[in-house]
Amino acid sequence: MTGHRAGQARRTGRPVARLAARLVAVVLVVWGAATVGFFSLRLIPGDPVNVLIGLGSVSERVRDQIREDWGLADPLVVQYLRYLGRLLQGDLGTSYRMQHPVADVIGQQLAPTVQLMVLAIAFALLLACGSALLGRDTRTASVAGLLELVAVSAPTFWIGLVLIGVFGFGLGWFPVVATVGFGALVLPAVTLSIPVAGIISQVLRQGLDDAEALPFVATVRARGASSTRLLLRHTLRHAAASSVTLTGYLVGSLLGGSVLVETVFARPGLGRVALNAIVDRDVPVVLGIIVLAAVVFSLVNLLVDLVADRLDPRLAAEQAHA
Amino acid sequence: MSLLAAARSRTARTRRVKRMPTPALWAAAGFLLLLALSVVLPGLFTAADPVRTDIGAALLAPGPGHPFGTDQAGRDVLARVIYGSRYSLAIGFGATLIALVAGLVIGSLAGLMRRLGDGVLSRAIEIVMAFPEFLLALIVIAIIGPGELSLLVAVAIAVIPAYARVARVHTLVVKRAGYVEAARTLGVSPTRTVLRHVLPNTLGPLLVMAIMGVGTAITAAAGLSFLGLGPKPPTPEWGLILSEGRNYLATAWWIAVFPGVVITATVIATSILGRHVQALSLGRQR
Repeated sequence: MTGHRAGQARRTGRPVARLAARLVAVVLVVWGAATVGFFSLRLIPGDPVNVLIGLGSVSERVRDQIREDWGLADPLVVQYLRYLGRLLQGDLGTSYRMQHPVADVIGQQLAPTVQLMVLAIAFALLLACGSALLGRDTRTASVAGLLELVAVSAPTFWIGLVLIGVFGFGLGWFPVVATVGFGALVLPAVTLSIPVAGIISQVLRQGLDDAEALPFVATVRARGASSTRLLLRHTLRHAAASSVTLTGYLVGSLLGGSVLVETVFARPGLGRVALNAIVDRDVPVVLGIIVLAAVVFSLVNLLVDLVADRLDPRLAAEQAHA
Repeated sequence: MSLLAAARSRTARTRRVKRMPTPALWAAAGFLLLLALSVVLPGLFTAADPVRTDIGAALLAPGPGHPFGTDQAGRDVLARVIYGSRYSLAIGFGATLIALVAGLVIGSLAGLMRRLGDGVLSRAIEIVMAFPEFLLALIVIAIIGPGELSLLVAVAIAVIPAYARVARVHTLVVKRAGYVEAARTLGVSPTRTVLRHVLPNTLGPLLVMAIMGVGTAITAAAGLSFLGLGPKPPTPEWGLILSEGRNYLATAWWIAVFPGVVITATVIATSILGRHVQALSLGRQR
């Protein structure tokens, strides 16, 4: 098909030009997200001044003054251009509710969420490898299949509630209310990891199945390699290469899931910041989260693209087609 | 398609049309039928009132009178789950239907348009897909405010891009198919070609995706309402029951456990059904 060939031609161009094109795409996505976010958040009914002053009541003169101070009295286009200008300098604006720079608000809460996500990824990889190995054996394959199905079907927040009930209150292995220390991080990370583990496990099992059908497997076997060696040295690598492309989605789903997990476990973090900002209609903070999500997603996908191209050039052509 | 929905469908799609074992399919169909009945005739399954409180019967463990126990206000948890099915299912199916139609329209428009139009729409889809679905739904709620209807709209908007993307890819494929070429050569008008040949053939894959998507939509809606962005208490909505149960985990685990089991079972049942339909449609193509 034409699309296929065009994609291949584009991908096999000079590496520098290719990288430049991808960087432009990153900037476009972030700019698009910031723009769509900026204008759609204007649709929020109600006066931002109400959010700014909180519960107190002030005279109309003071309201006008506040509008003037926050630049809310200017035409929308002026506000938009000013926002973009600040964004270019890395300034995300000031929170209506907290009257702090949004970058600080997000920066302070970044660490707990990143810790949670990193540990969740580690758990997910462990669980997925375990389940994929379980699925290798024809006798236990259906068990692995069932576990995967439950993992990707059960709501994340419910898994969290069950884990708190069983391991927190029931067995008392992990603290229920603490927010510091490694012990407090285990249950939230496991909760966040379970749906992701289900996905990785399925992709891994699929990748292993596909890899085993390839001709090189017969060669390796003919050289006298054991099944374990074949798995660890050859087919698992093959399978892992195909699951790299999932990373972007997985980071996204972890980010989305962190809102629920942080609420269930009453942990601080970005998810809580996002939820509170949405409930409070704190527009600058919501916009900051939108921009952050777009940046993270684009950069992760950029990295994944670069890594995947290295690992398997055929993948690049296929992706361009899809 | 959300990745979770894709994961639920993956086995059937790529492993050579492996049919689900029939008992599982029957169980799934049976469960969904019961669920449908509980939406239409909840009184058939329980005599208890899902909203009326009875402090004397608060926090009773599951037993003969209350199979799922009672909550902090003495309401029967089973009754609340049964009466709650209508909210969750209405939101799940409603949001999926809206997303399916909107995605089909946007995606096939992108696929049919020339370079510029397709480019603009594809970029737009890409930008929106840069957000995790759940975050997108949250942002929509921020704009339109919380409530039952908001849940439906937010979940629908969050998944539209995924449907649009699949619709676009299939439109691109179908557009070049022999029968479309033939119709054009025979002098069939472009509008008629699109309506009679292109759209029906893009609809198929989207329908399979939608069956899987109902589960995702139900989970997402329950999650949003767990965060307090959906219906107000004492509405017997599944996510809301779970958020109430969160406060009683130490003393009354049943409030938070049973509704979750029912949600999980619902999502699994729709997945099994979806896999079966998918296997059937793949079989037909071979």
